[in-house]
Amino acid sequence: MSAVTYVIYAFLGINIIFNLLGSLSLHRFPDVYTRLHGATKCTTFGTIFAVLAVVVHAAYQLHLTGDPKYLQMALHSLVALVALLLTNPTGAHAIAKAAHLSGYKPAKAVIDAYEEKLRGGEE
Amino acid sequence: MIAPEFFYAAVIVMIGAFLALLRVFFGPSVPDRVVGVDTLNTLIVAGMVLLGAAYDRTIYIDIAIVYALLSYVGTLAIAKYLQGGLR
Repeated sequence: MSAVTYVIYAFLGINIIFNLLGSLSLHRFPDVYTRLHGATKCTTFGTIFAVLAVVVHAAYQLHLTGDPKYLQMALHSLVALVALLLTNPTGAHAIAKAAHLSGYKPAKAVIDAYEEKLRGGEE
Repeated sequence: MIAPEFFYAAVIVMIGAFLALLRVFFGPSVPDRVVGVDTLNTLIVAGMVLLGAAYDRTIYIDIAIVYALLSYVGTLAIAKYLQGGLR
């Protein structure tokens, strides 16, 4: 067991904790917007650490064996991370806007600033 | 199986994906189901990257890239359809 193995275990542990909290928050929140908030934020953070664990593993194997397959694995994992980081918040924003425009109101909300802005735009 | 810790991490991530799938089945409204599908896509990309490291195959990670981009297009299409038709 080297120090790199402990780093990989720590990253995988952060990944597991945040991904499970993200999927659990789908069942513990009252309406669409809070569910979207919890699920998107937690699963994005957990997936960042899953990809970082794979990158550390591949870099360590590249250092041990010198096989260029591991360099390819690290670079492609980073490309997957960039694709996920660009697309995930944008998709969540689109879902929230579509849910509000199709008539689903936030539960127990006192102030709805987007609704006021829409009404101000129409008048 | 080269690295068993990545395999067990992928199994636990897939348990989280099953929890998100329950929200897709029992969601009371349509945006709830869309939120469940979006979470499921992110978790499947994470699990596929972990399985690529576990089985020592880079092609799984390439498929994860393509899956992330295609699921983004699908999410945008569903959101556009929800807010009043594909115009």
